[in-house]
Amino acid sequence: MLGLVLAVFAVPLYWLFSSALKPENEIYTFPLTWVPSSLEWGNFVEAWTSAPFGAFLRNSVITTVVGTALEIGVAVLSAYAVAFVRFRGKMLVFAVMVGSLMLPGHITLLVNYITVSSLGWLNTYQGLILPGIGSAFAMFLLYQQMRQVPGELVDAASIDGAGHLRRMVSVVGPICSPMILTATLIVGIGKWNDFVWPLIVTSTADMRTLPIGLMFLRSQEGYDSWGPVMAGTVIVAAPMLVVFFLAQRRIVGGIVSGALKG
Amino acid sequence: MTVLADRRRARPRPPAAPRRRSATRTRALLREGLLFWALILPNLAAIVVFGYYPTLYNLVLSLTDWDFVQPAPVLVGLDNYVELLRPGSVLADALRNTTVFVLVTVLGTMVGGLAIGALLAQRLRLSGVVRTLAFAPHMLPGAAVGVLWLFLFDPSYGLSRWLFEMVGADSPRWTTTSDFSLWAITIAYAWQRLGFVAIIYYAAILDLPRDLYEAAALDGARGWSLFRHLTIPLLSPITFFLTVTGVIAAAQTFDIIATLTNGGPGTSSTTLPWLVYEQAFVSFDIGTSAASATVMFVLLLVVTLVQTRVAHRQVHYS
Repeated sequence: MLGLVLAVFAVPLYWLFSSALKPENEIYTFPLTWVPSSLEWGNFVEAWTSAPFGAFLRNSVITTVVGTALEIGVAVLSAYAVAFVRFRGKMLVFAVMVGSLMLPGHITLLVNYITVSSLGWLNTYQGLILPGIGSAFAMFLLYQQMRQVPGELVDAASIDGAGHLRRMVSVVGPICSPMILTATLIVGIGKWNDFVWPLIVTSTADMRTLPIGLMFLRSQEGYDSWGPVMAGTVIVAAPMLVVFFLAQRRIVGGIVSGALKG
Repeated sequence: MTVLADRRRARPRPPAAPRRRSATRTRALLREGLLFWALILPNLAAIVVFGYYPTLYNLVLSLTDWDFVQPAPVLVGLDNYVELLRPGSVLADALRNTTVFVLVTVLGTMVGGLAIGALLAQRLRLSGVVRTLAFAPHMLPGAAVGVLWLFLFDPSYGLSRWLFEMVGADSPRWTTTSDFSLWAITIAYAWQRLGFVAIIYYAAILDLPRDLYEAAALDGARGWSLFRHLTIPLLSPITFFLTVTGVIAAAQTFDIIATLTNGGPGTSSTTLPWLVYEQAFVSFDIGTSAASATVMFVLLLVVTLVQTRVAHRQVHYS
């Protein structure tokens, strides 16, 4: 039973990696070749040269890193404000922000495109990044964590004369840092994988991100050139797999505890 | 966690403030208020400008006719909706496809995920490896999953041919014939989500109270009947959570469709999000796309509200 389950997940993933490394004639044979007779790195070279993968990679890294830093930054600030700053009616503001979780991405797509276009941001990094930095999800996650910070600690710091900024940086921040890291990973993975927004907001190959670049590669290679296309797919997928294997416990733990606590 | 929360609640209250606020106190409150807005503003502004405003303006656009080129949208009233709600329209196809896609992927991954989660919870040998591999597809870009499955589905060189040849049949042309294209995107998406659901169930099962099981075992319940009458009811909050999030996520799936079928052939695998995209950015029919997006929004809202109401009645919270 467990073997069957293993096969369902392992075989497609194995096929992805093995095909990326197969010599061309072993891809186009039947019966199938399960184990490549030699490792053919040429597929990666072919993919990298027939589409500007260097630019795709750069754009993906920039949008993911800058976008994630900004989103987590605004999320930390706003979560702190709701959790610790005294303001009548703050829960109403909080509710309005969290309510935006109900808005499906596709209803904002068209107007955001028009907005970004009228700002002259089409095909730019600010156009790629800025519409995605508003964060109800990360704010909510961090707010829940901040509520657990023992009040004595924050009070003690404020009696010592620490202002909100110092309290945030030196008391609340360190205590919440595991959750900040988890939120950073989840947000970052989402940005790396993002598809429809980069698809519509960029228009030239040198501004595309990796997931969109993968489609470009397919159109360049012709639609049956599976060796290089699988190599390109590995390039797109591998960074997320590496992050996942390195931080598996934290990522899965964060997602699972979010689900179990509802 | 609860300990901390309780301790916090029990913290002695500061002595009651004097009834008349002193000037310093008012100033302090004012400063706190300003600080609140300063801290919240970047996030709030982004959410309003790129979340709420587009939702409202999308509603306005849905009452217009525009192609990005004309100087301004032209008001046409409810024409777009009338056109879309006509029987036999492309929206009707998209609604039917979305319903099939959502129902099959959500039900399939819940049933499969529960079975796998229960299997993993037995903590057999290798189950650690299976957990890692099962969750991995959930981490991948949908575009990568889509292109991988495009190859797996290839009728000449894909695994699909090998699988079908074992039972002596030809592989269907999954992505290029209208009888199979909807199933192609359904299978690929279900594969990506299945492991995620399984891991959530797995963690939830390990989290169940042991003493209930010991009591039930004393009463002679075991095996399937234990699973049926104890585990499944205890898991209902998770099942509910996975259903709501599953429906919402599946109904918005775009990348797998864009890489596997482009919504085609014809409209055979066109779902709502693909329709919204295609009408706006392929056909440049802004008003119609905005109207389709509004229909999609309203449907998702209704689903969420109905599910929340049902939850209050039927979900068992321990």
